[in-house]
Amino acid sequence: MPSPVAQLKSVTKRFGAAPPVLDDLSLTANPGDFISIIGPSGCGKSTLLRLLSGLTPASSGDINVLGHPPGETDRLAYVFQEPTLLPWLDVNGNVEALLRLRNLPGTEITTRREQALQLVRLTDRAHHYPRQLSGGQKMRVSLARALTLQPDLLLLDEPFGALDEMTRDHLNEELLTIRDQQNWTAFFVTHSVAEAVFLSTRILILAPHPGRIVAEIAVDFSHPRTDELRRTDAYLRLVAEVSRQLRAVEPANATP
Amino acid sequence: MIRRILPPVITGVLLLLAWLALHAALPASQQFLLPTPVRILSAAAARAPELASAAAWTATAALGGFALATTVAISFSLLLASSRLVRAALYPYVMLLQMVPIIIIAPILILWVGAGLPSVIIVTFLISFFPMVVNNTQGLLSADPNLVDLFRMGKATPWQQLWLLRVPSALPYFFTGLRIAAVLAPIGALTGDYLVGTTSGGNAGLGITAMIASTRSEIPALYATAFIACALGWVFVATVSAASWAALHRWHDSYNQN
Repeated sequence: MPSPVAQLKSVTKRFGAAPPVLDDLSLTANPGDFISIIGPSGCGKSTLLRLLSGLTPASSGDINVLGHPPGETDRLAYVFQEPTLLPWLDVNGNVEALLRLRNLPGTEITTRREQALQLVRLTDRAHHYPRQLSGGQKMRVSLARALTLQPDLLLLDEPFGALDEMTRDHLNEELLTIRDQQNWTAFFVTHSVAEAVFLSTRILILAPHPGRIVAEIAVDFSHPRTDELRRTDAYLRLVAEVSRQLRAVEPANATP
Repeated sequence: MIRRILPPVITGVLLLLAWLALHAALPASQQFLLPTPVRILSAAAARAPELASAAAWTATAALGGFALATTVAISFSLLLASSRLVRAALYPYVMLLQMVPIIIIAPILILWVGAGLPSVIIVTFLISFFPMVVNNTQGLLSADPNLVDLFRMGKATPWQQLWLLRVPSALPYFFTGLRIAAVLAPIGALTGDYLVGTTSGGNAGLGITAMIASTRSEIPALYATAFIACALGWVFVATVSAASWAALHRWHDSYNQN
C-alpha cells in the first residue's frame, strides 16, 4: 500500500464561536486519486482545500500532506476559483511567477514555463496580457502556473465555474489529458455533477451545518476518458445517481 | 490622427473668435480689461527676458516641490501601508499637514527659512503632498486578496510581496495622485512665490511678476503671465500623463486596447 498523498483525521474547523464549518472529518487520498468535492453552499468545500494547502489552520484534528503538516510541502499547487493572474504581467510572466518567488535558476524557469504553456496549448499567447485573453484562456494560464510547480497534489477550487458549458467541457478533457501525462493527485471542488462524474475517480458529497461527508461514490470509468464517455448510459446513470444523492442533502426549503 | 487633432483645434479657433468678439463688443473705455491676443503677445515680447527668467524660476520651484512631495509621499505611504498601528498613529497628523492654511504658514516660513526658493518649494510641497500620500497608501493596501493568497501559497517573502504585488497594484493609484499633484505643483509654486517669494537679486517668479504687473495696471502683461503659468501647468500634466501611459497602457483597463 503506497503512502497516502493526503490524510485528514477527525479534522474540525470553526471560525470564532460559530458552529463548525467542517466537523470531525476524516479522509485519505491515495496516489492517482481524482477526488471531486460537491455539496450545497456553506458545506465547507473551499475550506477543506484551504486546510490542505495550509492557507488556514485546522481548529482540531490531524492533517498530513505529502508527509508534512499542511503548508510545509512545495509539491502542492492550488488553482483558485478566479484565474488570479497578475494583470501587469503577460502570459509568460504569469506562468513563471511562482517559480520566480522560489528563486529558481533562469534556465529552469524557462524550461518549466514552456512545458506548462505547451500542456495548456497557449504557446502562441505568450506575450498577451490577461485582459486580452478569454475567460477560458485565463483559466488555462492559471492551470499552467500551477503545473510549473510540478505538483504531487493539485487543489482546484471550482476552477471552471464561471465558464460556459462548451469551454468547461473542453477544459475538463484537457485537464484529464494532462493528468494522463503526469501523475498528480487532485482535489476538485465543483457545483457541477456532470463535471465531477467526468473527471473523478471518487466523488465526496458534503452536507452543510456542520460540514461533513455524507456519501462517497467511486467512479470506475477507465482512462483515458473522452467526450464519448458523456454519451454512455453508464455515465448518464451515474450523473443521475449523484444528483439524487446531492438533492437529498440540500436544505429542505431551498429555492433554486 | 486628423480626428484627434481637429476637434481641439476647432475649439481653440472658436474660443479665439469669441474672445475677439467680446473685445469688440466692449465700450472703448473698457476694452483694456480684455486685451487682444496681439497686444498680449507684444507685451510678452517686450518683456521676454524678464518673463523667461520668471517662468524658469517658477518651474524650478514647482519641480523642486513636486519632486520633494513625490519622494516623501512614496516613503510615507510605504510606512503607512506597513501596519495598521503605524496608520492609526500617523494618519491624523498627515491629514493635519493638509489642513494647515498656507496663508498662516507663510509668515512662519519666512521667519524660519527666509523668503526665497526654499520657502516656495516648501509651500509647493505642502500643497501637492497630500493627494499623493493618500492615493499611494490606498493603492498599496488594495492588492487583490486572491493575489495575496497566491503569494502566501507561493511562500513569498514580505519583500517579494511588496515589490512584486503591492507596488505594481498601487501603480494606477500612484499615477492618479501624481496627476493631481502635477496640477497642484505649479499653482503651489505661484502661490508660494506670491507669499514667500523674493524680488531680491532679480529672482522673481511668475507670482511676483503678476503682482507687479497688477499694481502697475499692465493688463496685457498680466494676461501674458497667466498664459505662461497655464502652459507650465500643462507641461507638468502632459509629462505625468505620458509617464502614466508608458507604465499602464499595456495592462490597465483605464487605457483602451489597440
